[in-house]
Amino acid sequence: MSVTTASRRGPFDIHARLADRIGQPALRILTTLAGIASVAVLVWIAETLVNQSRPAMSAFGLGFVGHTTWNPVKSTFGAGAFLYGTLVSSFIALLIATPTAIAIAIYLTELAPRVIRRPVAILVELLAAIPSVILGLWGIIFLSPFLGNHLEPFLKSFLGWLPLFSGSPSPYGMLNAALILTIMTLPIVTAITREVFQTTPGELKEAAYALGATRWEMIRKVVLPVARPGIVGAVILGLGRAFGEAIAVTQVIGNANQVKASLFQPAGTLAAQIVNEFPNASPGVYQSSLIYLALVLLVMSLIVNIAARVLVRRRKVG
Amino acid sequence: MESSAATQPHGLLTPAPGAGRRKAVNKTVEVLCTIAAALAVAVLLLVVISVLLKGLPAINLDLLTKNPAAFGQPGGGISNSIVGSAILIAIASLIAIPVGILTAIYTTEFAPARISFGIKFALDILNGVPTIVTGVFIFGVLVVGGTQSGWAGAIALSVVELPIVARAAQEVLDLVPRSLHEAGLALGLKRWRIVLRIVLPTALGGLITGAVLGVARVAGETAPLLLTSSIWSNLSYTTNPSQALPNIPVTIFSLSESPSPADHAKAWAAALVLILFVLILSVVARAFHERSRSRLRG
Repeated sequence: MSVTTASRRGPFDIHARLADRIGQPALRILTTLAGIASVAVLVWIAETLVNQSRPAMSAFGLGFVGHTTWNPVKSTFGAGAFLYGTLVSSFIALLIATPTAIAIAIYLTELAPRVIRRPVAILVELLAAIPSVILGLWGIIFLSPFLGNHLEPFLKSFLGWLPLFSGSPSPYGMLNAALILTIMTLPIVTAITREVFQTTPGELKEAAYALGATRWEMIRKVVLPVARPGIVGAVILGLGRAFGEAIAVTQVIGNANQVKASLFQPAGTLAAQIVNEFPNASPGVYQSSLIYLALVLLVMSLIVNIAARVLVRRRKVG
Repeated sequence: MESSAATQPHGLLTPAPGAGRRKAVNKTVEVLCTIAAALAVAVLLLVVISVLLKGLPAINLDLLTKNPAAFGQPGGGISNSIVGSAILIAIASLIAIPVGILTAIYTTEFAPARISFGIKFALDILNGVPTIVTGVFIFGVLVVGGTQSGWAGAIALSVVELPIVARAAQEVLDLVPRSLHEAGLALGLKRWRIVLRIVLPTALGGLITGAVLGVARVAGETAPLLLTSSIWSNLSYTTNPSQALPNIPVTIFSLSESPSPADHAKAWAAALVLILFVLILSVVARAFHERSRSRLRG
């Protein structure tokens, strides 16, 4: 141990002082460089994407973002349909995942017997550890036939008058992607929501119980209001995760460049489009347009992540 | 309050009006919350059991030890992908783990509060960058104009791994008691000795946890590798990182897109190998995490 070294040789030992003279600045410089590198990577990513999407930018301008044509043969490119697919699939995912995550968090912090809280929380978090390519494979083999043969015909028979559930059921499409994204975002939203719930002051809860509130009334009037900013942050963070998911979505969304109201229909997302076409894209405007898609995705994820961190952090401080 | 007037006619021990309804609502919510938790656990089990059921019959010694068969030939294995993945993960971790831990040391020991906050924020943002974007970035820096390579793939993975390792390391380093620092300072030790001989050994368990979680996360990453290390000559046992290295995630991805059931069977077998690796690492890391945290908290 260093303690014995120091006491044996003392601070006046010539070797120790020499080592100090080199070691101290060396560690400082090394760690500083690492710190700089971590930030520099972020800047470098943005710089590279902006640079390499320049040909597409000068050809299509900002209108690229809203334009829905994607035609490699005619060299006309627009991100519109993929932006639509990204937003819709992610919003549906969070629409399902958020209430479920809040319910699980309530169960884990208020209802579950103490001995099973940790194990169940760990199991839910392990859901996030499943590699997306495996979840996608599962989506192809198990989820898609279930959707095509059971869930979608069922939804159609009850809610077919809604444009969302019109058209013929198909195994691959927006709904399949949204469900896979639900599974991927659920553990994240749950973990943060649970953490936020755990910070609810015990006195407030006890005060609510003392006033005769039932458990649900206590949760609704005390836990949820206190946790609201944190939950919003968690949901936005989940949204960021859903925006960027590439592989699993590619496997199940059907990859079509179209904007359809029906959730049964194949669609595409920004990330999935990159996965699909990047490996075969010819250099030039085509490849540059795909990099432009990545830039749009990067900007979306930056906005979403910054917003979420600010919300979650403020909650922790306040 | 008007409620006192309402409750007066009832005796002291009679429930207030609406109590039955309130209790019913409460019970309903409790049941729904329990179902939600059960559902999430069920989905996890469903996926894991699916992989086991489909993967176990497909897995055998040949699959694990043989290279893929020539196009159109039956049989063959995924051993080149296993080896390739191991090399990619090893290189990525050799970059990300030291840089991540050094970054964490900088933010907790040397950096002014403002800069430390900024770096943590940047790491959180970096962690939120979609991995496909990381793939495009590394493609743009290392692959464009040249060819794919194991180096490019490994560096892409290290960019994904870095923020995970660094944030986990920061968390444990923050837990190391200030009194240990002060004891070191009181003995006349310089900062770097305190870091190397007191802080790091104390936090070792947590640092390992972060590193293992980083490896687990990166092992299943497909998107960055698809753009940087996916075009490989199928039959060779490439271990040279200056060529594109075959790897498990991309193998699963391309097999899953194939219409042939034989390919699907191989995909499941590869998925089984990958999911076992990832889940075991995750569980081990978590167990370690609990131990080292409770030790540090005393």
